[in-house]
Amino acid sequence: MQNVIILGATSGIVQPLERLMAADGKELLLVGRSQERLDTLAADLASRGARVLTCVADLSDMTQHRRVLQFAREKFPDFDTLLLAYGTLLDQEQCQVSPERAVEELNTNFVSAAALLTLFAGHFEARKAGTIAVITSVAGDRGRRSNYVYGAAKGGLSLFLQGLRGRMYLFGVRVLTIKPGPVHTAMTAHMKKSRMFVEPETAARQIYRALQDARAEVVYVPGRWKWIMRVIRAIPERSFKKLSM
Amino acid sequence: MSALEASSAPAVAETEDRRYQSWGRYPRVVHRRVFGAYWRDQLPGILNGAEPASLLPFGLGRSYGDCCLNDGRDLVDCSGLDRILQADWQSGRVRVEGGVSLAELLPVIVPRGWFLPVTPGTKFVTIGGAIANDVHGKNHHRAGTFGCHVRQFLLQRSDAGAVMCSPTDEPEMFAATIGGMGLTGVIAWADVQLTPVRSNAIEVDTVPFRGLQEFAAISQDSDSKYEYTVAWLDLLSGRRTQGLFFRGNHAEHGVSQPSGRSIAVPLDCPDFVLSKATIKLFNQAYYVAKSLAPRRAVSHYDPFFYPLDSVLQWNRIYGRRGMVQYQCVVPHAAAAAMEEMMARVGRSGHGCFLAVLKAFGNMPSPGLLSFPRPGLTLALDLPVRGERTLRLLNELDEILAAAGGALYPAKDARMSPATYESSFPRWRELREFIDPKCSSSLWRRVTGEECRT
Repeated sequence: MQNVIILGATSGIVQPLERLMAADGKELLLVGRSQERLDTLAADLASRGARVLTCVADLSDMTQHRRVLQFAREKFPDFDTLLLAYGTLLDQEQCQVSPERAVEELNTNFVSAAALLTLFAGHFEARKAGTIAVITSVAGDRGRRSNYVYGAAKGGLSLFLQGLRGRMYLFGVRVLTIKPGPVHTAMTAHMKKSRMFVEPETAARQIYRALQDARAEVVYVPGRWKWIMRVIRAIPERSFKKLSM
Repeated sequence: MSALEASSAPAVAETEDRRYQSWGRYPRVVHRRVFGAYWRDQLPGILNGAEPASLLPFGLGRSYGDCCLNDGRDLVDCSGLDRILQADWQSGRVRVEGGVSLAELLPVIVPRGWFLPVTPGTKFVTIGGAIANDVHGKNHHRAGTFGCHVRQFLLQRSDAGAVMCSPTDEPEMFAATIGGMGLTGVIAWADVQLTPVRSNAIEVDTVPFRGLQEFAAISQDSDSKYEYTVAWLDLLSGRRTQGLFFRGNHAEHGVSQPSGRSIAVPLDCPDFVLSKATIKLFNQAYYVAKSLAPRRAVSHYDPFFYPLDSVLQWNRIYGRRGMVQYQCVVPHAAAAAMEEMMARVGRSGHGCFLAVLKAFGNMPSPGLLSFPRPGLTLALDLPVRGERTLRLLNELDEILAAAGGALYPAKDARMSPATYESSFPRWRELREFIDPKCSSSLWRRVTGEECRT
């Protein structure tokens, strides 16, 4: 891992991770919606030792995807790692009453991500090496009353990655599924905080370790979520529907 | 992507969140809302949307008292504005966002041959906070305050937008903001001149002493030869206060990084943990251990400058009731008053866990209401034990006022308007520079003023 494309580079969960990469002198292509924010981020990472390129795109808009791949191929041809890190957490209650909001949430977190991965998969297949890493969520492990639209999108994405992993295996390309629990970021700022929240710096260190460990395929961040979700998945649906989770 | 989503709606954090208390955890306040600023482009929206006299910028909450609090009103959490925007490693000048912490900056600058021009006793403070409180460090006698090394900054205001401030552009706003306790607006970024170093290490020399006169002699002798000087005091050691004088210079050759592992205090300790007896025992042990250790040693900068930072949340040893710090300065001529204050604390039966003494230098700060001034400064950490504590500190205030001294607002939670007036006779000059949207618990307490009138 030396040349990394980060899709959704200005999201709160990956900024500390980008700093770790910068300190190790990685080359980064940052993709995000706002040029101003990308410029701020690029300046910071450059002063910490990274070489940085930026590309403005709204990745929830599928018509912009080919341009991003084109840009990467021309300006950043040696990329060996793709990290998909964007996502939104819309209000569940709004998603329940508004089909448009529900579709928007599914599109940003699943449909557009699946489209991007399909586009980039061809490139990795030809390259026969590298890592495709995607940040999904523990919320995708089971549909819950309080968060099932976001959960369905992230769960769909995790399933997509399972299949993609099998396909890419034939070409020596690793697919890494990263499932964080709740992290203190702008995305979760409005939520009631519990002891389960971790700082993005803590999450970043664990994600970075997984990226560097060629055998890692599915990682929970922090690791305790692996066991928590195992228990949650084991509860029979008959009882689970009654839980106010 | 998520950050953009958040910019439309203010982030509302739980008001009981301990991240929005001050370091002394006294007084306890409840904020109405906390806006999270993650990008500079969010600042105008947050400032414009606020009600008059409702908002205060908040960094890492390491001020001890209530200058970083805004009881019943709003905060804007600036710790997300933590990026280095420019760095010239030839000249050592960096442009950093206001929420960048010293802890974040040090590992970037030290390997490149630079150090902070001034650092307080914790690295968990932001650049914005360092400017707003015009902090000082062990090199005050040489380098002055943090504000002396700030070349310019961009101040985001509700009434004037982004204002570039420097000694030549908007010089009055520049002066008002340095030591302005965050009341003049939000510091979006600042240009800071770093100081060159050859290594990550400090050559430390430890000298035991007894009594203030011995301190004064060592201090005078050391200030011309040592970049950093500070003394630790054992106020419970009897008539002639014993202490340890630490003095240091940047070393020629580096040392390896300490383990970096830190421990955390997991819970609020019960009162007996910091009783007079336990403190006395600790002080004796510390004094003896340090006196027996080699006088000269080479130390990594981290344990030298930030000995307490390796114990995360060390403020919790003071228990649920919290602690107060009392930091004052008296002119050199009034050193006798300092002796009286130290004796008063020693006699009071009130445990004082940490007592630190230093001679400030003569370098003036560019700040309008800067605390450091020529003289001796004493800082005391005291657990809050109700009325007893406040009574003791009020007594110290009387001695201080008679000596023509001043109290440090960044450490204060209880000084009276009269003490503030005698400490900062020019405080009224700050009024016209206060952002109409800004206020703080401390400002309301010591001035009785609501907002600019």
